[in-house]
Amino acid sequence: MSIKYEKDSQNIATLTFDKPGSPVNLVDALLVETLFKHLDSLESDSSLTGIIITSNKKDFLAGADIDRLYAIKDTDEAVFMVDAFKKALRRLETLGKPVAAAMNGSALGGGYELALACHRRICMDNPKIEIGFPEVTLGILPAGGGTQRFPRLIGVQKGLPYLMEGKRIRPEEALKNGLVDELASDRDDLIKKAVQWIKDNPEAKQPWDSDNFRWPGGDPKSPNMVQMWAIAPSFANKKTYGNYPAVKNILSSVYEGGQVDFETGCRIESKYFAELAAGKTSKNMINTFWYQLNGIKKGKSRPDGFEKYSVKKVGILGAGMMGSGIAYVSALAGIDVVLKDVDMKTAEKGRAHSAELLNKRVSRGKMTEEKKGEILSRIKATGKAQDLDGCDLVIEAVFEDRNLKAEVTAEAEKYMLPDGVFASNTSTLPITGLAEKSGRPQQFIGLHFFSPVHRMPLVEIIVGKKTGKETLAKAFDYVLQIKKTPIVVNDSRGFYTSRVFRTYTMEGLGLLTEGQDPATIEAASLKAGMPIGPLAVSDEVSLSLMLHISEQTKKDLEEEGVKMPDVPGMKLVERMVNEYERAGKKAGKGFYDYPEKGEKRLWPGLWDLYPARGKQYSQEEMIDRILFVQVLETIRCYEEKVLTTTADANIGSIFGWGFPPFKGGTLQFVNDYGVKEFLNRSKELADEYGERFNPPELLVKMADKNEKFE
Amino acid sequence: MGDAYIFDAVRTPRGKGKKDGSLYEIKPIDLLTTLFHALKERNDLDTSGVDDVVIGCVSAIGEQGADIARVAALYSGWDETIPGVTLNRFCASGLEAVNLAAMKIMSGVEDIIVAGGVESMSRIPIGSDGGAWVEDPRVNDTLSFIPQGVSADLIATIEGFSREDVDAFAVSSQKKAAKARKDGRFKSIIPVKDINGKVVLDHDEFIRENTTLETLAKLKPSFQFPGDMGFDATAKRKYPHVEKIDHVHHAGNSSGIVDGAALLLIGSREAGEAMGLKPRAKIRSLAVVGTEPTIMLTGPVPSTRKALKRAGLSINDIDLFEINEAFAAVVLKAQRDLEIDPDRVNVNGGAIAMGHPLGATGAIILGILLDELEEQNKELGLCTLCVGAGMGIATIVERV
Repeated sequence: MSIKYEKDSQNIATLTFDKPGSPVNLVDALLVETLFKHLDSLESDSSLTGIIITSNKKDFLAGADIDRLYAIKDTDEAVFMVDAFKKALRRLETLGKPVAAAMNGSALGGGYELALACHRRICMDNPKIEIGFPEVTLGILPAGGGTQRFPRLIGVQKGLPYLMEGKRIRPEEALKNGLVDELASDRDDLIKKAVQWIKDNPEAKQPWDSDNFRWPGGDPKSPNMVQMWAIAPSFANKKTYGNYPAVKNILSSVYEGGQVDFETGCRIESKYFAELAAGKTSKNMINTFWYQLNGIKKGKSRPDGFEKYSVKKVGILGAGMMGSGIAYVSALAGIDVVLKDVDMKTAEKGRAHSAELLNKRVSRGKMTEEKKGEILSRIKATGKAQDLDGCDLVIEAVFEDRNLKAEVTAEAEKYMLPDGVFASNTSTLPITGLAEKSGRPQQFIGLHFFSPVHRMPLVEIIVGKKTGKETLAKAFDYVLQIKKTPIVVNDSRGFYTSRVFRTYTMEGLGLLTEGQDPATIEAASLKAGMPIGPLAVSDEVSLSLMLHISEQTKKDLEEEGVKMPDVPGMKLVERMVNEYERAGKKAGKGFYDYPEKGEKRLWPGLWDLYPARGKQYSQEEMIDRILFVQVLETIRCYEEKVLTTTADANIGSIFGWGFPPFKGGTLQFVNDYGVKEFLNRSKELADEYGERFNPPELLVKMADKNEKFE
Repeated sequence: MGDAYIFDAVRTPRGKGKKDGSLYEIKPIDLLTTLFHALKERNDLDTSGVDDVVIGCVSAIGEQGADIARVAALYSGWDETIPGVTLNRFCASGLEAVNLAAMKIMSGVEDIIVAGGVESMSRIPIGSDGGAWVEDPRVNDTLSFIPQGVSADLIATIEGFSREDVDAFAVSSQKKAAKARKDGRFKSIIPVKDINGKVVLDHDEFIRENTTLETLAKLKPSFQFPGDMGFDATAKRKYPHVEKIDHVHHAGNSSGIVDGAALLLIGSREAGEAMGLKPRAKIRSLAVVGTEPTIMLTGPVPSTRKALKRAGLSINDIDLFEINEAFAAVVLKAQRDLEIDPDRVNVNGGAIAMGHPLGATGAIILGILLDELEEQNKELGLCTLCVGAGMGIATIVERV
């Protein structure tokens, strides 16, 4: 049985959720069916005085059955699914007896919706417990009455952020904001409080079922709310660019549900849910953020046969921005850190970065002074290589210079453990070449972190020609240990992320050289779903660095006897740096001006540099170019086996450089677009704009065989 | 097709549309009643000869609701055989009422119509009527709704009007209005009296004649905050070449919030003669257009062109213009695009100085235009307004 039924001497029934053979309770078909059976008997039990709902698992109820959700094919099926759950909840809250939710653990999505259908929510006071509506992060909306009950409980204006942003909160905050009514110290206290409340409230009723119901914080129909509704879509779209249908449907469900009575509101909610659940965006997001991300975290790209490894002492070479960031996240994960630079003073500066970040946490009340001290004490700043003694992992984050990297590698290998892993945080230099300078190339690997390290969730693991499987397994485990997401790629120039990201900036800059309006290029990229426009991000990266890397690559290729093809965007970077001395944000001027006061503005000289000429492309055309160029380069990486899994491609693109999440990543983009349609559009773009849009052979074959990127 | 003539035009003074405004204590229906009485008296009108009453009102709810046109006519003691209709074309409502009246006459279906508008913004604040366009998130989102002030700032940004440009326009509107009031140019004003016959207001009280560039420079942009909250982003999504919106409009260079009403007596020449009415002007042509709704306020140019074309006139044939001063940038853009000499535009000031009682304004400025054509002994005048949700309206009158 997925629900255990007990009735005590005071005629209080307790329903305990306990899904057989599963660590969690889910809102699945079995639960709903069982709930209906219990409702039948509860409704006919005249001696009943009240109902307590609780769970036997760690969580109260973790949410929906994602497999079932993902399998939804059409809107009828979606409505049918949620209406059953809704009906059960409605019967529960209108049964005529007081119902208390004894929330012993996290209540998320459908779990919290069930709690909302109870008349009282009592939650265990445990900071590990989370409460909220994560639905929007998978492109759907809470359809167990959540968009109806929740705003009626705490108010529209207070409720919308939870529904639209999917944020989860702890019990203490949930109590403060009215998401729960009472906290309990332990399980006994939880049940005791529930029993007491039932005894005290035999006539309990939901506010929305009472004749004198008033919306807290204002009736959605009231003129006072017009201003709020008027700005709500603009406020949301400021961040989402209208790319997330779930955000739009949540707003509609709350607004429209607020114009009518509760039950009609619930019907409206089901329809908005169904449109999302049967639509492409939720499939993209569930595919990537549920199945593929979970697959990655479970080690799909990690070689089998090696025991889970836990790094004890990590040495970090170079206490610059990257090195100090890596030191911070490692120390935070409980690993001892040796942060080495040319001298103690420089290394200390890097350590101060961690102190700064920890101070912020303390001042926000998210960490104690004591804990901060403990973490900081794990980081040893030093100027001496001897201090690397005993390190089982060393990560170099020194300047992108082959000779320097060779030097620090040799030095570290003198002192670190002989079976330890040496990793390079290079973002551009091929790992195989760097490994040649190592005494043990099978223990040499690339760990490409992103800046700022403490905020960016991805680490790109680069496997060199000689990198051993055990080394990969250890590096993979380390990335999970510091709570980052690993993707595994094979060595290639720019690996995966830098290589594809470059096509984005180059395409954007290329548009400028074609005489397209700079502001329009930036706007099109943001509308496409990129987090930052190509001109702005180039300034952030630094134009001089882009030029440096390009020149280095050119030199390398010449040594291999290959001539680097001319890229118009790179010519522009060269002009910006050499002709106009505008090297980017750090230099205070790049594609943008960075006044000391006020926000950055596009450099007016850009309009003279490439005056508008010929036809101005439509925004759709620009968006296609900006996105297709990235997707096609990803397919080439996949074809060349730089990438080996679709999951790594998708997650890497979103977490690495912000490819639009609603598309589900670079390869899912093709599935979403339709493989054949994508192939045809690529050909069109190639005819119009050049061979970088030529579809790779792999794509042609897939279209032929009607295959998707699985 | 027949011709429609204007026999008379009356209006209330415009009172400040806040609690400290003189007309705040006056009910909207009494603004109209004042004018119904005046119209009857001035023209010695047998009201049973009137075929319909058409009244523009934007926020037709509460005491402005339930078809105030019919109710006000009845309450004013006019003959019960006169029906009434209230209409809403946002800021064009007052002029739309005139145009609809004209069309009734031109078609020959009806002979004598009272047309005008009313808005007590102090009592029924702007936006009180909600509406799907504004408050329904799905509609709002689909149509890229932004408030008019942000639209006006968007126009200024695209057209390159600086803060100094729009402020200078506002100062000039104040100076012209103050002078016109002093010179007694607003002849059609009917004082509003209380129940005891005491005058509550007999002049446009919103004018600030001491306005200078310096006093305006101190005012903060009104639409910066809503812009930052998200409306700028919406505007920029619609106009992607705009990198940043320059917020130049504020309370001093946007139309004032006021209370007021206006009525015109319109009919065919024959019906007028039969009732002893003397035509003052003929309605030459009229036009309404729809334009892009996010920038919203660019309607005066295409509606003016459409009205000119229908009348077979060119811009240079028009002696005087009234372009509603919803926001300074709206008039500046219309003047520039239509290549109109600014000396022929709003010669007695406009809504920046005297205020814009939404549903009434179109009828008010048409009356002012008519008075000024007579004053200057000119022939042709054109009246145009920008309109919410992206519309424009224009009417051309010719003295007879």
